Amino acid sequence: MSAVTDTVRVAPAANPVSQSIRDSMVVAKRNLIRMSRIPEMIIYGLIQPIMFVVLFTYVFGGSMQIGSSTSAVDYKNFLMAGIFAQTVTFATASSGAGIADDMHKGLIDRFRSLPMARGAVLTGRTLADSVQTALTLVVLAVVALLVGWRVGSDGDTNLGKVLGAFGLLLLLGYAFTWIGALIGMSVRTPEAATSSGLIWLFPVTFISNAFVDTSHMTPWLRHIAEWNPFSATVQACRVLFGNPGQSQSDAWPMQHPVWASLIYSILILVVFRTLAVRKYRSATA
Amino acid sequence: MPGAIYAEGLVKTFGDVRALDGVDLDVPEGTVLGLLGPNGAGKTTTVRCLTTLLRPDSGRAVVAGIDVLEQPDAVRRSIGLSGQFAAVDEYLTGRENLQMVGQLYQMRAKAAKERAAELLEQFHLADAADRPTKTYSGGMRRRLDLAAALVVSPPVMFMDEPTTGLDPRNRQQLWEVIKQLVSGGTTLLLTTQYLEEADHLAHDIAVVDHGKVIAKGTSDQLKARTGGERVEVVVHEREHIQAAAEVLAGFGKGDTTVEEHMRKLTAQVTGGAKLLAEVIRELDNRGIEIDDIGLRRPTLDDVFLSLTGHVAEAKNEENDGTDKEAVK
Repeated sequence: MSAVTDTVRVAPAANPVSQSIRDSMVVAKRNLIRMSRIPEMIIYGLIQPIMFVVLFTYVFGGSMQIGSSTSAVDYKNFLMAGIFAQTVTFATASSGAGIADDMHKGLIDRFRSLPMARGAVLTGRTLADSVQTALTLVVLAVVALLVGWRVGSDGDTNLGKVLGAFGLLLLLGYAFTWIGALIGMSVRTPEAATSSGLIWLFPVTFISNAFVDTSHMTPWLRHIAEWNPFSATVQACRVLFGNPGQSQSDAWPMQHPVWASLIYSILILVVFRTLAVRKYRSATA
Repeated sequence: MPGAIYAEGLVKTFGDVRALDGVDLDVPEGTVLGLLGPNGAGKTTTVRCLTTLLRPDSGRAVVAGIDVLEQPDAVRRSIGLSGQFAAVDEYLTGRENLQMVGQLYQMRAKAAKERAAELLEQFHLADAADRPTKTYSGGMRRRLDLAAALVVSPPVMFMDEPTTGLDPRNRQQLWEVIKQLVSGGTTLLLTTQYLEEADHLAHDIAVVDHGKVIAKGTSDQLKARTGGERVEVVVHEREHIQAAAEVLAGFGKGDTTVEEHMRKLTAQVTGGAKLLAEVIRELDNRGIEIDDIGLRRPTLDDVFLSLTGHVAEAKNEENDGTDKEAVK
């Protein structure tokens, strides 16, 4: 029977870990090819954070107080860690919309009928989004340098620390793409995924230390801001970049921002990956 | 021994909706079963249960000799699924789509590449192989979707409404492809709302309505259930209607229906072409001139009507989209 000989084309079941990595890479490649064919998406993804850099620097710059300083230069150096962190979280919406689109078009059905690793479709998508995030960060860092951002402007730093900060940013972004993946699996249309993927990001990124000095906030709001997982990464970046406006708060995440950032990101990653993959297994389009 | 696709008492409920209400199927190896029914009947849900996409609440299913509920991964290695919507990535080229699917079937990259080239050739997509599929026509996309389901030449195939939305020419083309495939020994379960399609492609037909198989058999067997064939006569002169009715009464099994304005008479008969010749001779003997005469076999539309009490097509419009709703 020809069917039997033909199934020999299929490699014997590999060990689950290597199969999972291989399948994730195949899906990541697919998403990267896709992104390269929709360059306008990448360009819009870049314009938004660049606009934030320019607007915050020039519109807000002169009227913000960071610690005891009202210098526009200090605000600029304070701001960039916040903008970087906000930018990496925007990948959430992109992951969510992409996965909702796959659900909507029936591609998830095709994937689920294939003998592939269960989490690979989502892992592939989130990894591809992280590649785009990394690219965005590079462009954004160049723009930041052009408008006058400098590392080590208010403390010690070195190349290792700067790269470490970008590492934490990428990890935060990757963890957040899994929130997007869960949203994408839960809503019915890509449009709903885009808006529901962004709406909650505004309070998360604004009730934080990203754009303002939290010491000027009402106490209850300040507590939220200081324990916000997002603030931990921003604070960690300021410390590693040696930029001004680092929180002097006693709150544990502000005192140990690098550890806090790592713990928060890994926690978000594990929790939301588990939920999203579980949702994928039982998904129905 | 159960067939290549076997289901027993499949039940699936979504909230209050009992999408599957005890579906039993048995498809012998190398044959085609047409699952026929209107939207919302449970066709898609049945396919989703058999292809591991959906877990039934109860029942048993065996595909290619493997228990679907116990070893879903092994089942996935042995099946190909071609869905209601052409599930290919529109920004990838045809070639990239097929290579990706091959690799996800755990083929090595090189083997997946060779197989993709082979399939593109076979499905007349070689010229468009390196264009993103969003530039493809509807028919080309369906062919690519079908090719994707065939990457590992699975012994068992499922096609969920493969030709829905295609124009007649593309439908014909796809039918040819499906026929070739089946002649190679693949077992196929095909869902369709087109009675003509089931008649054309399937060895056996299972009619589904409200989550149940309400009739099973070959196309001919199902047609026989609706009361067999009829003779239709159109007489030339209106005054001959009465005389013709007397002739038909002599051959028919029941009442003869008369449509005055069309000068058309219809009578249920048994006896086929031989009987038709006798009717013609008798009409001729009595000097009744006829415009048209024919033996009409019941279509699957008639079958559907007599089984469910409603016409398949009419129900579609009323219930459009219920199947999809139910799946959600």
